[in-house]
Amino acid sequence: MGMRIALFATCLADAMFPEVAIATVTVLERLGHEVVFPRGQTCCGQMHINTGYQRQARKLVGHHVDVFEPYDAIVAPSGSCVGSVRHQHAAIARDPVLAERVAAKTWELSEFLVDVLGVVDVGASFPHRVTYHPTCHSLRMLRVGDKPLRLLRAVRGIELVELPAADQCCGFGGTFALKNADTSAAMLADKMRHIVQTDAEVVTAGDSSCLMHIGGGLSRAGTGVRTLHLAQILASTL
Amino acid sequence: MNPLHGIEPFPVAARKALADKQLRRNLGHATATIRDKRARVVAEVPDWEELRRAGEAIKAATMARLDEHLIELEKQVTARGGRVHWARDAAEANRIVTELVQATGAREVVKVKSMATQEIGLNEALEAAGIAAVETDLAELIVQLGHDRPSHILVPAIHRNRTEIRDIFLREMSGVDPDLTDDPRQLAMAARAHLRAKFLTAKVAVSGANFAVAETGTIAVVESEGNGRMCLTLPETLITVMGIEKVVPQWTDLEVFLQLLPRSSTGERMNPYTSTWTGVTPGDGPQEFHLVLLDNGRTSVLADEVGRSALHCIRCSACLNVCPVYERTGGHAYGSVYPGPIGAILSPQLTGIKNNASLPYASTLCGACYDVCPVRIDIPTILVHLRAQAPAPAAEAVAMAGVAWAMAGPRRFRFAEFLLRLGRLLGRRGRIRRLPPPLSAWTASRDLPVPAAQTFRQWWRSARRPQ
Repeated sequence: MGMRIALFATCLADAMFPEVAIATVTVLERLGHEVVFPRGQTCCGQMHINTGYQRQARKLVGHHVDVFEPYDAIVAPSGSCVGSVRHQHAAIARDPVLAERVAAKTWELSEFLVDVLGVVDVGASFPHRVTYHPTCHSLRMLRVGDKPLRLLRAVRGIELVELPAADQCCGFGGTFALKNADTSAAMLADKMRHIVQTDAEVVTAGDSSCLMHIGGGLSRAGTGVRTLHLAQILASTL
Repeated sequence: MNPLHGIEPFPVAARKALADKQLRRNLGHATATIRDKRARVVAEVPDWEELRRAGEAIKAATMARLDEHLIELEKQVTARGGRVHWARDAAEANRIVTELVQATGAREVVKVKSMATQEIGLNEALEAAGIAAVETDLAELIVQLGHDRPSHILVPAIHRNRTEIRDIFLREMSGVDPDLTDDPRQLAMAARAHLRAKFLTAKVAVSGANFAVAETGTIAVVESEGNGRMCLTLPETLITVMGIEKVVPQWTDLEVFLQLLPRSSTGERMNPYTSTWTGVTPGDGPQEFHLVLLDNGRTSVLADEVGRSALHCIRCSACLNVCPVYERTGGHAYGSVYPGPIGAILSPQLTGIKNNASLPYASTLCGACYDVCPVRIDIPTILVHLRAQAPAPAAEAVAMAGVAWAMAGPRRFRFAEFLLRLGRLLGRRGRIRRLPPPLSAWTASRDLPVPAAQTFRQWWRSARRPQ
């Protein structure tokens, strides 16, 4: 029987990468589930928390918790936003118990597919050479492990190539990319070198934010390598 | 110059370090080597996670009753013939040590590698009193001879390669063979000859402490070269300066830390030279022993419920070696004797956040440091906690308030998305290549995609989908 799933689109995907949120809907619906979009949602507050604006973040967290509290399963195409919901919200929220309750039913897409739905093959087809960058928060905050890779391996036609030094941070880090732009660019340069080494056409990851940074670098350097969110590959069919 | 904070904010100092290609190569090579070695020897320990939890628990329990443990330590050290001195801050500690050395009449002291004495700037204070402090740890010696600053907690000369080291020796070491090559063995032998003379003539040694056991009054120093042991055994007077957080309640606590420390720091299964001593032993080793207990901001760190676990640090440096920021900028950019992730949470707490406001931001919050920390210090959480205390730049505060206002509800958010879409006018072929400051920091090295023509929520509404 299908589940009723609330999409937590994330503010970044909503405004900048709607195709990522649409792809998330496509994958979940193809698997026979109902997706709803709680219209009140805005932002989880991660940027404010991590930049040191706790007072403003508290309001955003409170709003997020109120919006998503009525739903049984909440899914986001972002390891970082789910990481914030799960590991930061309770410490900041006015009502930590409620925040904890919402966090317990919030899932990053690959976790939700593999752990909750028990699916590895989502019926996707993507005949391209792809390399996967595990984003830091999905790797070390959520411990998604090889779940995204298992999902990718089941995609028809895909040629998956291993990214050297994959677990190294790409250098995004939210406002770090602006506050420490030079160090961020130095980290990005190494990440891009490793991506280009793989000869992949596409680099994928579970976070639009890191991909925006990596993709911005790849585009500036004229490498021709495209970035696609994991959800977009999983939504692809022939 | 304060050893705990630099003159320039981190981003400015980092920019200079990043421009040094030789430094990037030296650091990249060295950190990757230690990182891999650590990962190998940690993987062979079946109960590593339990050990980490034990280390964390012992430290947390010790900090909760730090005053009692310190008083017990003082009692035991005194009962075994040592003298204990309490130092409120760097100036007081330096004064105590200087007076103790002056009382012996010595003009030169040999030093065991020690972070506490770096932190208080002891060498400079002794020098001002006409006393030469000779570093005997090989890497500290390289730094001292090079009139340089340490850039790593464990490997202070990590920013130097062996050719640079040979040049320093040729320039600064009296009586060195002019045909010295950069062969590591030859370099070590040159340092050995230089240091032996110092060990045999020194009347006073100064050390730090890795651990101090309260129940027995025993001090422990962990090192790899044996040079430390020379200092701890040959001179007549030994002065140990230790941060008050180094105390552990019982001898058996060392069992946990002596497993955690070598594997995390040098990637060795067992530490080569572990020296322990208890007060004074008549006729054997130093006949006068002084222990200086240093606060220097630690009690105020202890008062912060979130930040206090920074005091659990056992100075292994594993967090430096895995940090992608440290790997690229090196230690000098942090401006403090404590660089890297642990330095980014410890230095601002010791000096007060105003004197180190940029350090909590010197991290992408990637979490690699927390994963390797042998006592499980949640460095990313403390970084975020400190960011909330750091003074915010005015323009940034306005921007962040604006964003928060826009995010407060869906109507405002839709309006903000409308404004954002105007950004499409700045793009060509789907990307923006140049933006005015402060966003130029982004476009200096990265393109930005133009905002979507239709936001997700517009698409959802137009497709008449369920709310």
